[in-house]
Amino acid sequence: MIVFEILGWFFLISGSIFSVIGGIGLIRLPEFFSRMHGGGITDTLGAGLVVLGLILLAGPTLVAFKLIVILFFLTITSPSSCHALAKSAIAHGLKPQLDVAGQPEAGEAARDGDGGPRP
Amino acid sequence: MADDHLSTISYGVLAVTSFAVLLTMTLALIRATLGPTVFDRVLALNMFGTKTVLFISVLSFLNGRTDFLDLALLYSLMNFIGMVALLRFTQYNDFGGSPTP
Repeated sequence: MIVFEILGWFFLISGSIFSVIGGIGLIRLPEFFSRMHGGGITDTLGAGLVVLGLILLAGPTLVAFKLIVILFFLTITSPSSCHALAKSAIAHGLKPQLDVAGQPEAGEAARDGDGGPRP
Repeated sequence: MADDHLSTISYGVLAVTSFAVLLTMTLALIRATLGPTVFDRVLALNMFGTKTVLFISVLSFLNGRTDFLDLALLYSLMNFIGMVALLRFTQYNDFGGSPTP
């Protein structure tokens, strides 16, 4: 089916574009909690689109079922590990840097508000 | 160069996708090297694992050897083990081996 193949090419190319965008974000974003956003893009949108394109290229076979299982595990595990990582970083006293536009003192107050790492 | 199991355009698209995934893995390794905190390194490592699963899947389609998908499934399960280790790191500030403080 040429229609499924063209859809598969579209999903593969957009998935690789999102992967590279997430990688550039992982390099260039300023601090940890915003870098996590770049990692989240590649984990959900990049991986999901690439695996969906491979499923469309494979057709209804056992290969497609294995790809669906891989997609299921990636969808379950990647956001939960990101959540655990953010929770662990906050528990270790890493704080998000705030940049409130036009109000630097508000950002400072929010940053230094209840400072100090949690026990 | 294209084999019989794929059309020429599919072969090119899969090659471009595998190069993009390799580029993303390189960027993740750069962040894991630079990362100022340990959490940046763990985030980059997690992303590297996901990209490994993707790369093995795309490579199995490129070679026409879809047995490699079992290896990709194994890698995603190992990512799950890593997630459990991260949860333990969250709760006990330690990767285990000692009783809870």
